[in-house]
Amino acid sequence: MNASRPIALSTRALSKRFDRPAVDNLDLTIYGGEFYCLLGPNGAGKTTTLRMVAGLLRPGGGGISIDGIDALADPVAAKQITAWLSDEPMIYDKLTPYEYLEFVAGLWRIDTKAAEARTRELIGWLGLERQAHERCESFSKGTRQKVALAGALVHDPKLIILDEPLTGLDAGSARQVKNVLRERVADGGTVIMTTHILEVAERMADRIGVIANGRLIAEGTLDELRVKTGAAATSLEDTFLALVANESAAA
Amino acid sequence: MSAPGTLMWLAGHEARLGWRDWTSLMTAGGRTRARNAAIAIVLFAVFMHLFAYWIVKGYADASIGSDTSTLVAITTTLLLSWSLLLSQAMESVTRAFYARADLDLILTSPVSARKVFAVRMGRIAIGAVAIAVLLAAPFIDVLALRGGVRWLSAYGVVAAMGAVATAFALALTVALFRLVGPKRTRLIAQIVAAVIGAAFVIGLQVMAIFSGGTLSRATALQSQWLLAHVPDMNSIVWWPARAMLGDTVALTAIIVAAAALLGVAIALFSARFGDHAQAAAGVGSATVRQRRGSLGFRRRSPQRVLRQKEWTLLIRDPWLISQTLMQILYLLPPALLLWVTFRNGTDNYVVLIPVVVMAAGQLAGGLAWLSISGEDAPDLVATAPILAGRVLRAKVEAVIGVIALVFAPVIAVLCFDSVFAALIAALGILGSAGAATLIQLCFRVQARRSQFRRRQTSSRIATFAEAFSSIAWAATAAMAAALTWFALAPAMIGLLILAGVRWISPPRQA
Repeated sequence: MNASRPIALSTRALSKRFDRPAVDNLDLTIYGGEFYCLLGPNGAGKTTTLRMVAGLLRPGGGGISIDGIDALADPVAAKQITAWLSDEPMIYDKLTPYEYLEFVAGLWRIDTKAAEARTRELIGWLGLERQAHERCESFSKGTRQKVALAGALVHDPKLIILDEPLTGLDAGSARQVKNVLRERVADGGTVIMTTHILEVAERMADRIGVIANGRLIAEGTLDELRVKTGAAATSLEDTFLALVANESAAA
Repeated sequence: MSAPGTLMWLAGHEARLGWRDWTSLMTAGGRTRARNAAIAIVLFAVFMHLFAYWIVKGYADASIGSDTSTLVAITTTLLLSWSLLLSQAMESVTRAFYARADLDLILTSPVSARKVFAVRMGRIAIGAVAIAVLLAAPFIDVLALRGGVRWLSAYGVVAAMGAVATAFALALTVALFRLVGPKRTRLIAQIVAAVIGAAFVIGLQVMAIFSGGTLSRATALQSQWLLAHVPDMNSIVWWPARAMLGDTVALTAIIVAAAALLGVAIALFSARFGDHAQAAAGVGSATVRQRRGSLGFRRRSPQRVLRQKEWTLLIRDPWLISQTLMQILYLLPPALLLWVTFRNGTDNYVVLIPVVVMAAGQLAGGLAWLSISGEDAPDLVATAPILAGRVLRAKVEAVIGVIALVFAPVIAVLCFDSVFAALIAALGILGSAGAATLIQLCFRVQARRSQFRRRQTSSRIATFAEAFSSIAWAATAAMAAALTWFALAPAMIGLLILAGVRWISPPRQA
């Protein structure tokens, strides 16, 4: 089924080493319109992988292709269709959400009329109308994360890379963020996300990748992963823990 | 080993934290850089001793029996240094009030908060004394070498000054806290600290301008009017100066009084320190609605968007404006001198231009840190489809834009009187501001804008390089204004500083 779908992101033998290998010859293929969750224990290499894909870290080796663009050879073209959001919303305290989105649209060279229409749409989707012209300095973490998410979506990216985007959000904010991401995928966008909230991965992901010690140790739909662990009736939590335990034992 | 929870145990804990802070500052956290940092420190110490020799070699023969003008000069120097120490100590105390850090741990532990904060205040005092002693050491060493060991008593005076400065800083900050509340204390305390640091120098220069038409403080200190109105030589006012000159009785009295004052301040304020720190931690930001000048997004290039963002963030932050533009205070005396020059028709450009050039360097350094290192959304900018070089260029342009805006009026006024002087000043400003920006580029780090005040402690090497580079370009401009080829010498030093910075700066990693 996947063979007919365009590839949104692929990494080939992607590697990065700090004091020890953080990402070790990682091959990853994510298809257009797919919601992909990358799971793994702390220090497994999830964030390092995503930061390399987003262009925030230079890989030690290997290649990254985003929508057919070689992200290492032509990072500007790759960044034009990519968005990055981390668990710590990095926005400017002294700008309002409206001004922040205008700034992001300017950085991505988005047509002003289209950017403005998109901004109004995102502000409405995320329930930020009341705060649209207030400086971000007094916002709660949830509101800041929603502003950052709006910034990530204002240029209508084909690939959205999210590192623990729901950390610290209340139930209402988390639902709004999840709804926006679902709509994005329904519209043909691709999402790759790391999360420690396994329930989110279980409910939202089309496919799940499990990474440990910088290597992809399992990949597939939830059912495929269950079959792989030989325990078809268990939850994702059980499946995940079994996969990681097997990897630790093998190491 | 002391029992947990005792004053000694807490002091040991603070000492360990302090030592680790110091070593990580010096080595930027990397063992491999320790050697380079050690070489830089040794070179700096040698340079400072040579500099001190040049400055104080003529004063080594001064003794307790010297005339009133010597006592006036020493006392004024001590007051000047003390105002800077007080300014630094106020900043440390304010930081301690507002740093969240381990506050929760301290206040929820069964250890007496009073003890903890007493030790913390002691650490601030030790820090103030250590910095004062380190900076004064080259001058004292040179004086002792040329004038005898009696000058070593100056170490005691400097230590006492640090202790008194900390005691005053505690009292002033606590008073501010009670007067204006936790919300405004931070901003006001830091402005007061900066003004205290600058006011004494500026005041003396203003006096000098009106009495002698120059920026020289010596002119003001040697005026007959001043010498006729100071107390006689046996007055207690001169005890610090006499202690400097080796009077052991005066030295003992000063050290005992300083220690007592600090002890009283710690005893008085440590009990309420926790309450103040808690109040400071509970301060939230008020909601500020922003009016838009125009409706709708504006069409601009990414570089222009970046420049505009830098300027907007600066304009909207009164605390940052106060911190960065405080350097402009130092322009007050040269502006006054310019006015006096025009009025009297005398030529003071050799004095005026270097002050302007130095102020430009210092201002550019602060702005460059804010723009280059103090990026609050580094991931956003790094993932934007713009080459990193263009981002840096836009940020440097934002800095140069502010420098141009601030200094263009000075150049314009100079132009009316002397195009040559205006040209030299403009080139000097360009050199000084450009060098300061390059130093910040070499030592760029990822930080938040709110950490601006810590930029000087996050890299001492960058701070010193920036200061000495500004001095070198100021000297170049002064000598160029005096039409001497010796101007090439400080220019070479300025370039060597930049080369040294490039050599010692941390390697850039993706």
